[in-house]
Amino acid sequence: MTSTGFWFIDHLWLVPLLPFLGFLVVGLFVQKSGERPASSLAILAIGASMVLSWGAGWEYFTANLGRTLVPLKFEWLRFSPTLIGNMGVLVDNISVLLILVVTTISFLIHVYSQGYMHGDPGYPRFFACLNLFTFSMLGLVLSFSILQIFIFWELVGVSSFLLIGFYWNKPSAVAACKKAFIVTRFADLGFLLGLLVIGYYGKGFDFIYLTSPETIKNLEQTRLPLLGVSVLPLSAILVYAGAAGKSAMFPLHIWLPDAMEGPTPVSALIHAATMVVAGVYLVARLFPLYAATEAGLMTVMVIGAFTSLFAAVIATTQFDIKRVLAFSTLSQLGYMMLSLGVATMDNPLGFTASMFHLTTHACFKALLFLGAGSVIHAVHSNDMRDMGGLRRPLPITHATFLIACLAIAGVPPLSGFFSKDEILAAAWNGEHYVVFAVAMLVAGLTAFYMFRLYFMTFWSYPKDMHRFEHAHESPLSMTFPLMVLAVPSVFLGLVPFSHYVSIGQLEHHGVSIGHLEHHGINWWIAGPASAMGLAGIALAFLLYFHPNGVPGKIAFAFGPLHKLVYNKFYVDELYLFFTKSVIFRFISAPFAWFDRHLVDGSMDWIAQTTLLAGNKVRSSVTGRLQTYLFWSISGAVILGAIVWQIGGTVGWTLAFTGLGLVAMMFIWQFVLQLLNRSEPLKRIKQD
Amino acid sequence: MIGPTLSQYLVFSALLFCFGLYGMLTRRNLIAMLMSVELILNAAALNFVAFHHFLYEGDVGGAVFPVFIIAVAAAESAIALAIIIALFRHKNQLDVQDADSLKN
Amino acid sequence: MGLLTTIILIPFLAVIVIGLLPEKQTAWIKRTALLATAINLGLSIYLCLDYLGKIGWSGANPNTGAGLSLSYEERFTWLGKLGIQYYLGVDGISVLMILLTSIVIFCGVFASWQHEHRVKEFFCFLLLLVTGVYGVFAAHDFFLFFLFYEVAVLPMYVLIGLWGTGPKEYSAMKLTLMLMGGSALIVVGILVLYFQAGKHSFDFSVIAQAKIPVSTQMWLFPVMFFGFGTLGGLWPFHTWSPDGHASAPTAVSMLHAGVLMKLGGYGCLKMIYVMPEGAKMWGTFFMILTTVNIFYGALVAIQKTDLKYITAYSSVSHCGLVLFGLATLNQTAFQGAVVQMFAHGLMTALFFALIGMIYGRTHTRYITQMGGLLKVMPYLGVSYMIGGMAGLGLPGLAGFIAEIQVFVGSFALNSVFHRILTILVATSVVTTAVYMLRALTRMLYGPIQDEHHEHLTDANFMERVPLAILIFMLAFAGIFPGWMIRLIEYSLAPVMANLQ
Repeated sequence: MTSTGFWFIDHLWLVPLLPFLGFLVVGLFVQKSGERPASSLAILAIGASMVLSWGAGWEYFTANLGRTLVPLKFEWLRFSPTLIGNMGVLVDNISVLLILVVTTISFLIHVYSQGYMHGDPGYPRFFACLNLFTFSMLGLVLSFSILQIFIFWELVGVSSFLLIGFYWNKPSAVAACKKAFIVTRFADLGFLLGLLVIGYYGKGFDFIYLTSPETIKNLEQTRLPLLGVSVLPLSAILVYAGAAGKSAMFPLHIWLPDAMEGPTPVSALIHAATMVVAGVYLVARLFPLYAATEAGLMTVMVIGAFTSLFAAVIATTQFDIKRVLAFSTLSQLGYMMLSLGVATMDNPLGFTASMFHLTTHACFKALLFLGAGSVIHAVHSNDMRDMGGLRRPLPITHATFLIACLAIAGVPPLSGFFSKDEILAAAWNGEHYVVFAVAMLVAGLTAFYMFRLYFMTFWSYPKDMHRFEHAHESPLSMTFPLMVLAVPSVFLGLVPFSHYVSIGQLEHHGVSIGHLEHHGINWWIAGPASAMGLAGIALAFLLYFHPNGVPGKIAFAFGPLHKLVYNKFYVDELYLFFTKSVIFRFISAPFAWFDRHLVDGSMDWIAQTTLLAGNKVRSSVTGRLQTYLFWSISGAVILGAIVWQIGGTVGWTLAFTGLGLVAMMFIWQFVLQLLNRSEPLKRIKQD
Repeated sequence: MIGPTLSQYLVFSALLFCFGLYGMLTRRNLIAMLMSVELILNAAALNFVAFHHFLYEGDVGGAVFPVFIIAVAAAESAIALAIIIALFRHKNQLDVQDADSLKN
Repeated sequence: MGLLTTIILIPFLAVIVIGLLPEKQTAWIKRTALLATAINLGLSIYLCLDYLGKIGWSGANPNTGAGLSLSYEERFTWLGKLGIQYYLGVDGISVLMILLTSIVIFCGVFASWQHEHRVKEFFCFLLLLVTGVYGVFAAHDFFLFFLFYEVAVLPMYVLIGLWGTGPKEYSAMKLTLMLMGGSALIVVGILVLYFQAGKHSFDFSVIAQAKIPVSTQMWLFPVMFFGFGTLGGLWPFHTWSPDGHASAPTAVSMLHAGVLMKLGGYGCLKMIYVMPEGAKMWGTFFMILTTVNIFYGALVAIQKTDLKYITAYSSVSHCGLVLFGLATLNQTAFQGAVVQMFAHGLMTALFFALIGMIYGRTHTRYITQMGGLLKVMPYLGVSYMIGGMAGLGLPGLAGFIAEIQVFVGSFALNSVFHRILTILVATSVVTTAVYMLRALTRMLYGPIQDEHHEHLTDANFMERVPLAILIFMLAFAGIFPGWMIRLIEYSLAPVMANLQ
């Protein structure tokens, strides 16, 4: 362990470890002792690690280090004497930023869950899994090598499986958790292959080594045999496949909306702080590698932009409150990805913007989900058509929800405005005008669907009086995190973000820090963006503030198109068709048949042939003395003849005798059958 | 002294052996088969005696062997006859073709 | 008497003691078996630690020589005329395998604690089998190796045929005949090696250093690889495994899939050591076969609904990875293959133990007839889940270490064809996830299918112990893989030197 001179940074390894211990203790020992000990222990663990991260963050940012520190590093797995999988703690601006976001939001979600999950039979299990999830994510963020990140990546996957399937006796939850795991696993296959490519051609797994210019240059110049492709873009795209899976980029997004089957705090955790940002983080972590390859960046940008638009369109038609938020997350993740895609090493504004948006999004999306959870808690329904007028029974939820909606819609001067503006500016500066236009459009759509949600839920009028009358504000443990989260949702945008977070190891690339700072607000970009947002809000106001028939009419007018969008472009059905019909029925089933009937069949055939041969030979055993006699005498004669002929060499003689005997048996059998005197055989057949 | 030569003895014993063999392979009656076995044994014994007489006069081994053979043949016939009697009681006839319960 | 002889003799002594005990004293029979296996577990752990102490816990690999450096050697002439010796000695890989055997049999005895039918004979055969397994891993003389190999394989017939379920006679016969077929190839191979080496010795090192002529290696290597591969589940000679494992009683399945199948991989590794030229010649061919193993075992497992069949096909897939790693002839992949032997041994023992316990409660092995079991038997359910996660290669559990090493190793073969094979093999991480999760969720999640299952009980103490041990080892090996790699890389040096 190398000391960095900062206490908190030196002890950063405790940050993931504490939730892990929490998981072990709660999971193994506190399952039966009620709610209080389980939640307290879990919150204590995550709280302690939050304090540690804040300490480390304070140390890191006040010292304005801007460089990479490695407080802990050890050899974990040796592949060969030259290829070693190290583990450790990597501290730079993005990892510090992320642990701040993750621990803080996770802590608030833990607190919130205390109230939300109250009375659930799986309460201790829930907290154990939350701790595990946070542990995996923190380990991922602090990863020192790409191998380590892969390890925690998989752990994130499995914790999401456990949490999405938390209500495991509900079939839809079971399907959802399976889907989430398998889809991300499929994406991880790409990551794994990328890891192999990087490991083999790069000859190392450590991030510091991989992102150094020498390695990148080396990778760039290495070409694959036969195909002649440079290794660099290949590995970048393969790794991106994994990132796209976790961050739910099109076409691997299908697991995310279904993941809403988990309890709402889980959705908040997945969407705001843990799982989905892992993909963005991975790309950011390997950014120098991506920046060196046009194709890699292009992929990131195009897929990001497309997902962003695609999801925003779907979100405008959904009625399930959590699903709208899920598609909104997809869309915002697409935003972050496209922002990374437009950045370069010379112009890393997009990188900063992406991290900035990640942070602000984490705050307001957590707020939105927790608010939605509060609403669901109150009305016991997910369907927005059952809600309406809830601003009166749920005043705190309403207020905080409104703040989050304004923030995500990009209304100045809330946090979302700044981060979104920075992304738009980055796209504009990078001269990606199509992407800029898409991002602009998405900004408008975002405002529209968020306020559609907002108006349908809190304004309008109560559609289900029974539910409405029973609705009441959630307990303090639930509203407290809402209020806390509202603060950064409003003010986080004012932090001079690019001052702290930019692409790491600046001195390496010969770029001065001053060059990177964001030059204030460019109103030529921010103005239209805000206008788009406000237009979206206005449209939502017109259509949904007072209930009227207009949305229905519009939906009717667009008929098939609306249906297409409402059913999420039938991507799920396509997958279902592919897996169920193609893989199960046309690949797996024939394989199983092949195995049982041909492979195993041939083994059985051998056995049966032997048996049959035995049966055939059996008829030569007639039970009659004289047959035996005939055999023994002819055997003796042949043996004698052979010994006489060849003389001496016992081995040969024996071999010939054996052969001769077998041959004679067959000949004799043949003769018998020829003469149709094979009575024993007939009798066997009769048996 | 004029008598049969060694080859004449051997030819005779070979004939005896072949008769015995033929009998064993063709006769269906067990007693006849037993008699054939005796013929074969006697052929062997005759060979021993002939070789003893013409080639190894001083050696006692060749003369002792026929005695053993006779003793063994007696024991063997006793057992064989016992089996034959048992079989006859069981099947009421002595045709070997039907005594095939060991088949297959 | 040396440590290795002691380890081999203890189960054998237990067989004798159990043989002398009256049949009615089932409790004492079980206690004797438990005592013997516990002592062996202790000795194996000691062996492992002591060996690690000898070669050093960390640092660069000190072993660079071509000679196998054996420890705990015991050697005396047995059948002098033929050059057969009683020659025991272990390298790191054998140490790891002996440890695995001890763990699995210890847990296996626990898992058969409820066994009531002809207890005496059952434990006699079980321990006899283990004696053979220990012998195989400790033997350094080819003849002795084969002798123990047969001792390990043959009791299986009785164990499955008498105590099995379902079409047990058929399965037992099939398993024994196919494995005997493999043995026949092996025995021929051993004799050819003995005569070709011409050193009048069955000693592995002597034969390896005698440099078998390439023309012989060319045909003999595949013969031997198929011979051992049959036991290691090599496609297309794997079909004994699903039927055999499905019919076998719990402890036998555990031991067979957990340890005996490893004898195949272990033997193949020895063959690579003895016949490096043949291995180079046939490496690609066997990579193709084992790719089929892995890829297709997983796909077939997707279709199955019987838990034992699912596990058996997953074994085919996982053991395929062992043989695949060996066929790549690359140090990293070798390491992965050996780790996979260890990891698969633990996880499959865990699976079969759990299946036995679950079957004992639900009286069905079909996942379609189960559901919601997590609620009634959380301990078993969570254990199964951990096993499943180990099976699909979740980091933090031993399976991942093996998989990643094999993949990294096989990716180092720099040709398009080998790359395609590697990619095909790597897709198994997805298919494995599909069938594992399918089984898991069908069985444990969802509403309870059968109202009889509402009142089932969770694991009792005697059942919890083996599960806890196996899970602990899986996690320990998965989180701290360094010691395994240390053991393995130390012992691989001669193999690699021979291959150069």
